[in-house]
Amino acid sequence: MDTQDNKKLTGAKIDVINHYTGEKWYYSDIVKEHFFKPQNILLDAPKDDEYDASGMVGSPACGDMMNMWIKVDPQTGRIKDLKWKTFGCGSAIAATSMYSVMLTENGGMTVDDALKVKPQDIMLRLGGLPNRKIHCSVLADKAFQKTANDYYRKTGQNEKIVVEGARVIDDRLNITDKDIEEAVLEGAQTLEEVQKKLKVGVGLSEETLTDIEQLIRFYAEKYYG
Amino acid sequence: MDANIKRIYMDHAAATPLDARVREVMMPYLTEEFGNAGSLYREGRRAKDAVDDARTSIAHILGAHADEIIFTSGGTEGDTMALAGVARAYADKGRHIISTTIEHHAVLHTLDALKKEGFEITLVPVGQDGVVDPKDIERALRADTILVSVMYANNEIGTIQPIAEIGKIVRKFRAAKADLSSGPFFHTDACQAAGYLDLNVTKLNADMLVLNGSKIYGPKGSGVLYLRRGTRMRPIIFGGAQEGKRRAGTENVAGIVGLARALEIANENREQESARLEDLRGYFTSRLTREIPRTVLNGDAKNRLPNNINVSILDIEGEATILYLDAHGVACSTGSACTSESLDPSHVILALGRPYEYAHASIRFTLGRETTKQEIDRVMEVLPEVVTTLRRISPITVAEDAKGMSHPEAFAGEGLRVKADSKNYK
Repeated sequence: MDTQDNKKLTGAKIDVINHYTGEKWYYSDIVKEHFFKPQNILLDAPKDDEYDASGMVGSPACGDMMNMWIKVDPQTGRIKDLKWKTFGCGSAIAATSMYSVMLTENGGMTVDDALKVKPQDIMLRLGGLPNRKIHCSVLADKAFQKTANDYYRKTGQNEKIVVEGARVIDDRLNITDKDIEEAVLEGAQTLEEVQKKLKVGVGLSEETLTDIEQLIRFYAEKYYG
Repeated sequence: MDANIKRIYMDHAAATPLDARVREVMMPYLTEEFGNAGSLYREGRRAKDAVDDARTSIAHILGAHADEIIFTSGGTEGDTMALAGVARAYADKGRHIISTTIEHHAVLHTLDALKKEGFEITLVPVGQDGVVDPKDIERALRADTILVSVMYANNEIGTIQPIAEIGKIVRKFRAAKADLSSGPFFHTDACQAAGYLDLNVTKLNADMLVLNGSKIYGPKGSGVLYLRRGTRMRPIIFGGAQEGKRRAGTENVAGIVGLARALEIANENREQESARLEDLRGYFTSRLTREIPRTVLNGDAKNRLPNNINVSILDIEGEATILYLDAHGVACSTGSACTSESLDPSHVILALGRPYEYAHASIRFTLGRETTKQEIDRVMEVLPEVVTTLRRISPITVAEDAKGMSHPEAFAGEGLRVKADSKNYK
């Protein structure tokens, strides 16, 4: 890992300082606002066919869970309504609330465009989250990916379905890129920390180790970059 | 959400305020009495006298000899020193160590480190009540067992472990061995027990006992390791010859003096304060479980510290609850993964045989000297509303007798292989 990456990852440890505002509180004011007054919560159990699609995901990193429902305008393909529920922490609640606003504001995004919203985009609108809590906002876009798949399936757009496949990195230990992603989201920043998370100490080949190091850089860049 | 709202502090297992009487005896050593206890001249002698007096006072309360008291920087150092120091000293006699699944990380992570040095660790599980069965410890004992470590009272769920009984078993086992100097020795982390339970090391049959000043209205950065005469220990901190060559470093005189005073006060008030808090605990627990549906007490209801209430408020996540309560002026803590640095849910709640959703939903209130019934009533005014709000947001309903996850499918699906709760879902 080169010095620049190291520096970036070391910086990621300071989790109580907001890196956008420098504010030394756990959460930014916008986060607090969305946390205490979350938008677009589904309050009543949905009636049959009330929503066009739905999805439920869990975060293996911390055990949070998220349910999402959408209504899509059949003419324009824009998201008319997005509702959600979560068994999640402050960051998950605030990030999903913000995400639901972003996807439905100004007449709503198309499902295709909504899929292009990245965790960093939510982060920017929230004024930052502690690094350790970034995996909580990832949950919102994973729930939406699943919901979008459900929508594409129901509307016959099967070619658009994106299945998050897992690429096996090590056959023998059955380690996949998803495992590395999870480990990075759980805060592992070095090869050693990832190995500790995955509970694999020895027996990995040089090629596998290089592969894992590349993935650590990739996911660190993706979520913390 | 008013910034001037009167705070209700219910996290005394995390930290206690410094008692004014403790501060008073500390002040001179933070100001004019600054001498190094190792110096021969007057300033040094005065500092040394203060440290000696503190040592004598603490030894008296523990029923120990003064030379068995080692001052440390707190609970973590005491536990690390006791386990690593004693294990390394007896490594030639045996390499097996017994502890439990609900110990503090100061113990568990030290044991992890010792494992890397070649020691073998057996962690004995606890029952659903959060109490270890002494018979399970007895069964785990082997000829090469050199150490047994069981906490006096658990920091998360407050359950009290049968220390005297376990200590007796360990002692008997040692006495029956041909080589008496080969252990096993018995260590107990008493950081949470201090102030509520009897600390007499003879009655407890403890060879090592650890205390932390900051849990008993004393200063942070102060602690004690009691080490029974005849128990060898290798230092883990090197330098000067302080603390009988067992713990190097200039004595923290103010901290030591404060710790001794704090322990004296805690010991004097122990029975009266325990009885008062036990009443409040009963009142709070019954209101919580009656007035908030689907709230489950973690750990045995009676066999626990008088100040500890730990409940899982099912279906809502602990960090969110903590932050909502904080906004209402209430300070308490959770075993939720979301608040821990490692993102691991409470190992203690999991050790009770509960699914991680219980840990995720666990809330710990620990009462203290200033806690009143009015404060509890105030918490009960705001908490039900917080719970209602967060339950409206929550998509899950956890069974009250759940042993496994409520929605494993949420973690899998669409060809994604996912690990959760130590299992693989596809």
